[in-house]
Amino acid sequence: MLFFSFFKTLVDHEVTVELKNEISLRGTLKSVDQYLNIKLDDVSVVEDVRWPHLSSTRNMFIRGSVVRYVHLPAAAVDTALLEDATRREAASAAAKAKQG
Amino acid sequence: MDMNDPQPSAPNLSLGSLPPHLLVGHALGGTQVPQLPPQMFITAAQLMDITDKKIMAILRDNQKILGVLRSWDQFGNVLMTDCVERIDATGIYAEIPRGVYIIRGENISMLCEIDLDKEDTPPPGLTLAPVEEVYALMKKEKAERKVKQAKKEKALANLGFVPEYNVEI
Repeated sequence: MLFFSFFKTLVDHEVTVELKNEISLRGTLKSVDQYLNIKLDDVSVVEDVRWPHLSSTRNMFIRGSVVRYVHLPAAAVDTALLEDATRREAASAAAKAKQG
Repeated sequence: MDMNDPQPSAPNLSLGSLPPHLLVGHALGGTQVPQLPPQMFITAAQLMDITDKKIMAILRDNQKILGVLRSWDQFGNVLMTDCVERIDATGIYAEIPRGVYIIRGENISMLCEIDLDKEDTPPPGLTLAPVEEVYALMKKEKAERKVKQAKKEKALANLGFVPEYNVEI
């Protein structure tokens, strides 16, 4: 759930989503869900000559399972906070395991 | 999902008809925000605003289905009506009328809302051609690509890379 929360903080930022079929899409992150399915708005295709069919579309829903990378704006990522949250999640998982 | 869940698993598309106990949110500071029942959680909210709109579903094998999105569920299975399949090869494309499609969620890679201003203009660089012609060229190009891809995967395997089998380029 950590990455779900993390992606929620990136809503309305510009991201580039690279899919497993080599398409790269740049757009505004509109929403994300627990499967990391992504909705993008104002999409532009990075190599648009290779994907002419996508020219008639502005916003799209991308299934989480076909995403390879999400390129994030560095300014929007607080790595210290992310590290902290990771440690906290690991600690709570360990505590839960101890409890049985 | 809990099978004893009293709620129907088919999404109920209109919020207005939800029973009052599902309309929580009034406890959180006055403004009444209608909440979705748990089985519709977030995936559903994402597809809600493209329901009844013209979309292009791009599948994992690169098939392109254009039609009107009518229904979906929490797995991302979708139902589309008035479908046409769009096939393309270098420089040409064709549309084949297909009818109604139910697509299993795992096969979908993207659902793109079609801009109604641009829906009648052909994709840049492509011209409409007879289905037979496009299909023949598409098949030929696909076979060539497959050979090339196999070669590439073999070369990569020698370097220790494992190819990705779940999507076609």
